[in-house]
Amino acid sequence: MRFLMTTSKADPPDDKLVAEMDRLVEEMTRKGVLLAAGGLDPVGTRVTSSGGKITVTDGPFTEAKETILSFALVEARSKDEAIELARRFWLIAGNGEGAIRQVYGPE
Amino acid sequence: MRVMTVPEAHRAVDAVWRLESARIIAGLARLVNDVGLAEELAQDALVAALRQWPESGIPPNPGAWLMATARHQAIDRIRRNERLRHRLDQLGHEARQRQDSAIFGQPDLDAVIEGEGVADDLLRLMFIACHPVLSTEARVALTLKLLGGLTTEEIARAFLTTEPTVAQRIVRAKRTLASKQIPFEVPPELERAARLASVLEVIYLIFNEGYTATAGDDWIRPELCYEALRLGRMLAELSPAEPEVHGLTALMEIQASRMRARLGPAGEPIPLLEQNRGAWDQLLIRRGFAALLRAERLGRPPGPYMVQAAIAACHARAASAADTDWERIVALYELLTALTPTPVVELNRAVAVAMAFGPERGLELVDPLTAEPELRGYHLLPSVRGDLLARLGRHEEARAEFERAASLARNARERAVLLDRAAACPPAGFP
Repeated sequence: MRFLMTTSKADPPDDKLVAEMDRLVEEMTRKGVLLAAGGLDPVGTRVTSSGGKITVTDGPFTEAKETILSFALVEARSKDEAIELARRFWLIAGNGEGAIRQVYGPE
Repeated sequence: MRVMTVPEAHRAVDAVWRLESARIIAGLARLVNDVGLAEELAQDALVAALRQWPESGIPPNPGAWLMATARHQAIDRIRRNERLRHRLDQLGHEARQRQDSAIFGQPDLDAVIEGEGVADDLLRLMFIACHPVLSTEARVALTLKLLGGLTTEEIARAFLTTEPTVAQRIVRAKRTLASKQIPFEVPPELERAARLASVLEVIYLIFNEGYTATAGDDWIRPELCYEALRLGRMLAELSPAEPEVHGLTALMEIQASRMRARLGPAGEPIPLLEQNRGAWDQLLIRRGFAALLRAERLGRPPGPYMVQAAIAACHARAASAADTDWERIVALYELLTALTPTPVVELNRAVAVAMAFGPERGLELVDPLTAEPELRGYHLLPSVRGDLLARLGRHEEARAEFERAASLARNARERAVLLDRAAACPPAGFP
């Protein structure tokens, strides 16, 4: 099963955190647990489609309640395993907030 | 720490166990020099977690908690047992020599278990679980149990057998390892190649049981494929200088990338060339290419897994079936035939030759195989023959071959596809 983990709030990283996180990312990638990961530009572009009309609006969006800051696509055997992986991530990342959602499709 | 409900805690313990049990068992096995006892001690730690975590909440570092608990139990056990105490002194002595610093009194158990040796311990565990002294079935069961963290029940379900059968198999395997005094070690140089071959064989066997389930109603049991992939990736990390380890991992990554495209809506198998390549998992293909590259970079003559991975990579690179570089695939099969001259490889080479140079040429290679005792009862031989005959317009013969293939197939889905192909052959006298 694949899960998309996202963070929406996180402490700014220091050098130690970056080094530890690099190690975790490397270990998880080698194990095939981490399939893709990255940080996201907080200023995005919004695309809406309505009645065949596509509208593109550049950010920033002040009304946005929750912006995704980073993501990780992971392969886990169960949701509980994904939660355990998230626990390991947050042990390094410190304070913050995120979400875990199962990805449907490529099974 | 968050207090959780009992089922929640149990599920969390379960998840941690699957991720950590191999490391814990491996570390303990080196300490007590007995895989069976190591697993027992690890199980005790699991039971303690199941008892305590629902009340205490999950500890911040659950893996370390399990390890510490198991270690305490091991120390208790060791103190009560003369033979083990001797082993502990020996380990302490080795550790002292290694560190070249005098640690007097009790050996530093943390260093013994958690030193830089974790990777080596896991490798030792893999080698012992796949020891040639054990039957193939026992190796498979023990590997899934000790390294995959699967329960006996899960293994039984995956191999369509009963839990007591698997449990019995594992108990006997552990007893054999103990009675033959198989050391918990990375095999010495002389034995290493043969022992590694056994490990690779077990992993690929698990993969294939998932990829084309030989029996039962489902043609694919993906969880077994993913388990084998995990084991392959783990081994690649533990043994990075072995090209065949990366070769096998590459092969499995690329084959697994087709998982979604290999089944039709009714669960029927779809042959490689008819698959929707848009449904192939590009993430896994990329991992496969990377693993193959790692194998090639080691600059040693390719072994059978590397060659098979190279063949799989040829298919993965072709944007459509028509774009397949069959001549390169034929050349790779020739290499594979030289490395492993088996009738099954020869049959695959015949298929590639038929694609590259026409069905007659393929049939010339297939016909002599019908006399091979090893292929008697192998449903893919008449299936391939039927396919080549159909392409040559020899429909009556083709139908007979498909029917024979169907009667030999043990998997229900596969049988249905073969019967459909037989029925699709136009009757005699039909233009």
